[in-house]
Amino acid sequence: MCRIGSIKSLTPIGPRSALELMLPQQEGHDNSGFAMVMQDLAGPFAEWKDRPLLSAACTREGMRAVDDYMAEHHFSLLFSWTPKYDARPGLDIRPMERYLFRVYDYPPHYRYSSDEEKAALLLDTRLALRSMLEEHDEGFVYSFWPDTLTLKEIGDPRDIATYFRLWDDSCPLLAKNIVTQCRQNTNYDIVRYAAHPFFLQGYTLCANGENTFYTKNREFQKSLHRGYTGFESDSQCLLYTLHYVLNELKWPIEYYKHVITPLPFAEIDKREDAEVLRIIRETLAHLEINGPNAIIAMLPDGRMMTCCDSKKLRPVVVGRTKDMLAISSEVCGLNAIMPDRDVSTDIYPGERETIVIDNDLRVHICRQ
Amino acid sequence: MQTVKALDNCTDDLRWIIRYDPTRCTMCGSCVAQCMQNAIEVRMMRQDLTVSEKPWPDPEKKHLARPVIRQKTDLAHLCVGCGFCAKVCPNDAIHPERNPDQRIPVIARVNGPIRRGGRTNLNTQRTLDAIVVGRISQMTDPALDSERHTFDMRAPLGRVLPSRDLASELQVRDGKLVKTGHTPPVNWIYPLIFSDMSIGALSTRAWEAIAMAAAYLNEECGLPVRMSSGEGGMPVRLMESDKLKYFIIQIASGHFGWDRIVKALPRMKVDPAGVLIKIGQGAKPGDGGLLPASKVAPHIQAIRGVPKSTLHSPPNHQGLYSIEESVQKMHLSLNAAFGFRVPVAIKCAASATSVSVYNNLLRDPYRICGGFFIDGIQGGTGAANEVSLDHTGHPVVSKLRDCYLAAVRQGLQGQIPLWAGGGVGLTGNAAADAFKMICLGANGVFIGKLLIQLLGCVGNENGRCNNCSTGLCPNGICSQDPRLVARLDVDRGAQAIVDYVLAFDSELRKLMAPIGNSSLPVGRSDALVATDHAVAEKLGIAYAC
Repeated sequence: MCRIGSIKSLTPIGPRSALELMLPQQEGHDNSGFAMVMQDLAGPFAEWKDRPLLSAACTREGMRAVDDYMAEHHFSLLFSWTPKYDARPGLDIRPMERYLFRVYDYPPHYRYSSDEEKAALLLDTRLALRSMLEEHDEGFVYSFWPDTLTLKEIGDPRDIATYFRLWDDSCPLLAKNIVTQCRQNTNYDIVRYAAHPFFLQGYTLCANGENTFYTKNREFQKSLHRGYTGFESDSQCLLYTLHYVLNELKWPIEYYKHVITPLPFAEIDKREDAEVLRIIRETLAHLEINGPNAIIAMLPDGRMMTCCDSKKLRPVVVGRTKDMLAISSEVCGLNAIMPDRDVSTDIYPGERETIVIDNDLRVHICRQ
Repeated sequence: MQTVKALDNCTDDLRWIIRYDPTRCTMCGSCVAQCMQNAIEVRMMRQDLTVSEKPWPDPEKKHLARPVIRQKTDLAHLCVGCGFCAKVCPNDAIHPERNPDQRIPVIARVNGPIRRGGRTNLNTQRTLDAIVVGRISQMTDPALDSERHTFDMRAPLGRVLPSRDLASELQVRDGKLVKTGHTPPVNWIYPLIFSDMSIGALSTRAWEAIAMAAAYLNEECGLPVRMSSGEGGMPVRLMESDKLKYFIIQIASGHFGWDRIVKALPRMKVDPAGVLIKIGQGAKPGDGGLLPASKVAPHIQAIRGVPKSTLHSPPNHQGLYSIEESVQKMHLSLNAAFGFRVPVAIKCAASATSVSVYNNLLRDPYRICGGFFIDGIQGGTGAANEVSLDHTGHPVVSKLRDCYLAAVRQGLQGQIPLWAGGGVGLTGNAAADAFKMICLGANGVFIGKLLIQLLGCVGNENGRCNNCSTGLCPNGICSQDPRLVARLDVDRGAQAIVDYVLAFDSELRKLMAPIGNSSLPVGRSDALVATDHAVAEKLGIAYAC
């Protein structure tokens, strides 16, 4: 069983906090990797918040291919950050040759395009880069989105942090929102794309669990949206459904739970909105999940969300202080990063609840 | 050399030979009196016997003429192997025995094609038995407890809204979704439908037993099982009662019973669960319906509004010649008849063309096709030409899978629910069959033959009985002869069906629990593995050995 976590802070924090949140939970996972998505960036990326940031890991050839592609498609490089690697011997890490964290300006002809058009461009560009790099096994593209940075690597999370100098107080990676996870995919081949969190057009999600309706989810999602691809992990289905409900259907967030874990028919029948809930259950039957799951998601507007499967077979807890809130699989993670918090305010979401955290750290609990 | 009329039939030519032991026979006559085929008779037989009639041994050879039971050898009085003589005999003196050297297929066509009921006797392969539920939750995710957890086992009957229409049909107002227009009716029912067997094919009592079981399962057991009426109408009082909601009214090419149904429409208190247009039947595709005159008793004439004669439902609906037209004409008019409140589904025999039909239905622009019922070659029938039963049709398993995957390729899975039947429960294990069909893409299954087997039908795929077409059903299930119908205990029959469905429900949970699913795993083919390579390849599931 993996462990997942996220931190939302009023002041920017570094990856160190994410590691401190996750490492106490190590008994529950095998420490086979580290991955995080940072949003609402501070530090050197802060001045480029409205420009897309590419996060990728690749070979030298891959980097040249990315350069060529971006130039051909009229993206101009605004800022590039390269980690100062600490490649001391003995580290358990399988690093790629190059890590790209690059801010681009939109092509000139997109200057007056709508947000939807820009979002489509960024998705298509990421998919094209991914496909191009995959062809010769030259690397991985994790995200291409404004104000969003993704780092994923295979190895011991402590050593990965050492390699990228994430422990250092001077680490320039700072953000108000971090979603993180410390394990590579275990049920299938170890592929960097299969490591949580997953990202699509501003939506980030990581899950602890097993989606036993993976096959039917995947078969349905493939036809719903061109961005629903990869499927290296059964948990990607949960991200794509979140994206579909919020971004495509533009439904309020509480309906996500009605899609993935619909109420039993007997309960639906008693509700005033039975007709609507029945239609959702009918039409999106192939997006239902079964199996144990706890989910942490981050939305394009910075809000965070967590919920569980309908039998609450996987744990998740929300802890908070005045200026920080964290979601974690285990409470020991919360104790590590916010030992002085009032534990009586911790929230253990029920199997029918969706917890939504605003950017001012206000918590909303939606009953399904 | 003795002369012999070589073309005369003798018992060795027949499918069943009556084995009779005169030493056990008490001459009660029950076997002869009960034989609806009139296949045995009492005759006098000359016998040389050594008898001892005194209280002490005093053997004496006698030449006696004694009454015995003899089997008739003419084709009109064939023993069908029902075994009711053995059932009624108080002394185990008589029983039919299968004759491996029979010549019936050769000699029985003197009056035209052989007709019978039952299932195909040739294509009895069991694809489903080459599949096992192989993806068991072990350490990756927890298996559920079939006794403790709740399971939501419901299947849609009705046209499911395409996801692309969601944005227009549901709109956000004050943070809540509200329905803005008319959406097609969908009934969520139990994933097991009592399939269409008409009043006429069945005795009224047998139909009543199944109907009682359906109502009981709904009202006492909380299982929303639905029953299809079959083509032949329904009792008017039932149509005017609130029990109508448990029934799917069938319309087939003969339109039998629909004059009464139409007249009852204004007086219906509740809507039926659905309307099922029958295009074809898996047991005898392309052969049309057949109700022999011998079964068209006065009450059948009344319900169907017909004179006493053999009733043929044509092999096709005379007014239709294309799928698009069927959608426009029949679906639309039947939807309209019930105010667009009742799902209208269609049933076809499985065929090499099933995917084409399903594709066409999926593109139905009116959103009025509420289900596609695929009936396989192993389905049963009350009467058919044997050549149709044994040599036409299509196995249902791969065809169901083909249809489901055709929808998947277009992203249209689930929009027109798939219901599969024709051989479900052939070996008595309907829950396992249903579960596997559901994993392969069926929303639910329908059973027919199994229901009458629960009522006592002894017919099988080895040529036993299958006498449904003659109206001489020994159980009174497929007969309109009041003397035979009186043999059927309606209450016990209904109870047998209820007990079976309750066991089915339990067994379905016991299959869902190990794979960790609390709702039906429709299309979850990863839960299955095949032990036969060809089956695995055809169905797109994993092979295991």
